[in-house]
Amino acid sequence: MLPDYKLELVCPAGSLPALKAAVDNGADCVYLGFRDDTNARNFTGLNFDAANARTGVEYAHAKGAKVLLALNTYPQSHGWERWKNAIDMAADIGMDAIILADPGLMQYAMKTHPQIHLHLSVQGSATNYEAINFYHEHFGIRRAVLPRVLSFAQVEELAAGTPVELELFGFGGLCVMVEGRCSLSSYVTGESPNNCGVCSPPKAVRWQKTTNGLESRLNGVLIDRYADDENAGYPTLCKGRFEVEGETYYAMEEPTSLNTLELLPELMRIKVRGLKIEGRQRSPAYVAQVTSVWRDAIDQCVKNPDAFSVRPSWTAALGKISEGQQHTLGAYNRPWK
Amino acid sequence: MKLALGPILYYWTREKIQKFYEDIAAAPVDIVYLGETVCSRRHIMRTADWLEMAKMLAGAGKKVVLSTLTLIESESDLKTLRRITENGDFAVEANDMGAVHRLSGHMPFIAGPYLNIYNPQTLSLLSSLGAQRWVMPVEMSLKTLQPLQQSRPAGMETEVFSYGRLPLAFSSRCFTARFHNLPKDDCRFLCIEDTDGKTMRTREGKPFLVINGIQTQSALIYNLIGDLDSLRNIGVDVLRISPQSEHTTEIVRLFRECVENRISPEGAMQQMEKVMPEAGCNGYWHGRPGMEQLYLASLVPHE
Repeated sequence: MLPDYKLELVCPAGSLPALKAAVDNGADCVYLGFRDDTNARNFTGLNFDAANARTGVEYAHAKGAKVLLALNTYPQSHGWERWKNAIDMAADIGMDAIILADPGLMQYAMKTHPQIHLHLSVQGSATNYEAINFYHEHFGIRRAVLPRVLSFAQVEELAAGTPVELELFGFGGLCVMVEGRCSLSSYVTGESPNNCGVCSPPKAVRWQKTTNGLESRLNGVLIDRYADDENAGYPTLCKGRFEVEGETYYAMEEPTSLNTLELLPELMRIKVRGLKIEGRQRSPAYVAQVTSVWRDAIDQCVKNPDAFSVRPSWTAALGKISEGQQHTLGAYNRPWK
Repeated sequence: MKLALGPILYYWTREKIQKFYEDIAAAPVDIVYLGETVCSRRHIMRTADWLEMAKMLAGAGKKVVLSTLTLIESESDLKTLRRITENGDFAVEANDMGAVHRLSGHMPFIAGPYLNIYNPQTLSLLSSLGAQRWVMPVEMSLKTLQPLQQSRPAGMETEVFSYGRLPLAFSSRCFTARFHNLPKDDCRFLCIEDTDGKTMRTREGKPFLVINGIQTQSALIYNLIGDLDSLRNIGVDVLRISPQSEHTTEIVRLFRECVENRISPEGAMQQMEKVMPEAGCNGYWHGRPGMEQLYLASLVPHE
C-alpha cells in the first residue's frame, strides 16, 4: 500500500453533539449542513447555524479531523444568494471542503475562494469517469462521491479512468434511485432532494389506523398498509408496497439499509479515499456507535487486509441501532440490480 | 413554437419502431430526438440503426437529434456514447455530464432534461460550453423558469417536456426484471412486452407510477396543452411530446393545431382524453406536486 494512501472515515453530523460524537469516536472527516434548504437533509431541528458551525470546526480541527460542508441541493434563482453566502461562510469559518452538486455554484466557489477544496456531491449523479473528469477539468474537484448504483467492478473500472479521489457510501440509508436523478418525491409532495433538500418530507406524512390495518400516506397517496404483526416503517415512497399486475410487493426496494463492512479490503485495494456514513438525521448516540465500529474495522483492515473478516460484535452493534432492519450490499453486489 | 418528439422511452420491436418513425416522418413535428436513453442492455437498435433512421427522418425534413443514455456506468456504455458524440452528422442531446465532457469544444449540443439546470449561472455555463438548447428539468415550474428566461444567453433555446408520462427517476436496478423475479443480467428483455410500461398501483388500486426497466415514470400523463398561453408568454421555444405506443401522431397533430390557434386548448384536451392511456396532470408547471391537475377556468374537470 502506498505510504500516503489513507481511507478516510467520513461521518455525518446533524448537530454539534453529533459532530463531537463523530470526532471523539474516530471520524477522519465530519460533514454537516446549514440550517436551510441548501443541503439535502433539510429537516426541522437539524443542522448548524454559523456560530455552531464555527465551534464545530474548531473542535474538529483541534482533534485533527476535517469538516466538510454539504451544500448539495440545486439552487433555484430566487435562492441563489443563500447558497452563495453558504460558500462564503464555509470559507470564512475555515471548513476543509465543500460538497457541491450544482455546476454554477462550483464555478462561483472556484473563482471566489480558490483555496477551498471542492467535492462533487452524490447528488451530481456522476457514475462514469467522463462525468467526473468534466467536473475536474472545469472546477478542479478533488473528490467525487459516487451514487449508490454502481457495482464494485464498475467502481474499479471508473477509478482507473480518473485522477479524482473517490468516496463511497459504506453504511446507512440506501437510495435505490440514482441520486440527483429522482423526482418521485416532488411528484407526490412538491418537494424533492434536488429542489428542496428533502425526500418524502415528514410534513406530508399521515398515519391512520383503519380496519384494513395501519396506513401510511404521503400527501394522500397510500404508501403502505401494515397488519398488526408487521413493523411499520417511515413512508419513504420508493420503499412502500405497491401492486403490479395483481401482485403486491416492495416493487422498488425493501426497507433495507446499506452495509459494506465486508467490502473493506477491496475498497482499500482500489484506493477508495472516503468511506461515507449516511445519517445526518440520526442521533449523536447513533453516530458515536457507527463511527466507533467503522473506526475499529478500518484500523483492523489497515493492519492486516488479508486476514480481515467482519467481527460478529460489529454486526451486532450495527444491527442494534439499525432497528432490526435488513442490511444489503446494494448495487456493489451485482445481483442486487 | 416548435414541436419536438422526445426519444422513445420504452423497448419496442424493430418493426414497431420502424412503423412508428415512418408515421412520424409525415407528422407535423419539427424536431425528432432518437436513441436509447434508458437501458444500455436494450439492443434491438444499434447506433448504426439509429443513424439510418436519422437519415430517413432528415430526408423527410425533420431536425434530428441523437440522444445519449442517461445512466452511463461502464466502459461499454462510454464506447456507445463516443460513437454518438462523434457521429459528425447529427446534433446530440447530452443526458449526462460525461456526454457534455465529450461534446464541449467539439460541437454544439442540446443540454438534456437530466443535467439538472436549475439556475441562470448553470445555464450560462452550459452555454459557454456549447449548448444551444436546454430542456428544463420536469419538476420546474413556470415561476422558477422565469428568471432563467430573463437572463438566458443569446441564442439559447428553451424546451419544455409538455406531454407524456414523466420520466421521474433512474436506478441501476431493473424494476421490470424484479417484477419477473429475474436478475438484471438475465432479464430476458421482458420489458419488450410492456409497450407503455407496467403500471404500479397503490394498495387501494390507484394508478401511481409506471415501471419501465430501470426508469420510473408517472402513471398520469403530464399534459400542458391547457397551459400553452403561459408557455408562449414566457418565451418557450420548443414543446416536447414523449412517445406513447398508440396515437402519438394524433397528439402531435392536436398540439400543432393548438399552437397555430386552429383549435382551442379545451377542444384539443377533449380529443386527447380519448387517446391518453391515463388521466392527465400538470402540477409541476404550476409549482404544485407533479401529480396534481390544475384546470384552466374554462376547462371542466372530467368525471
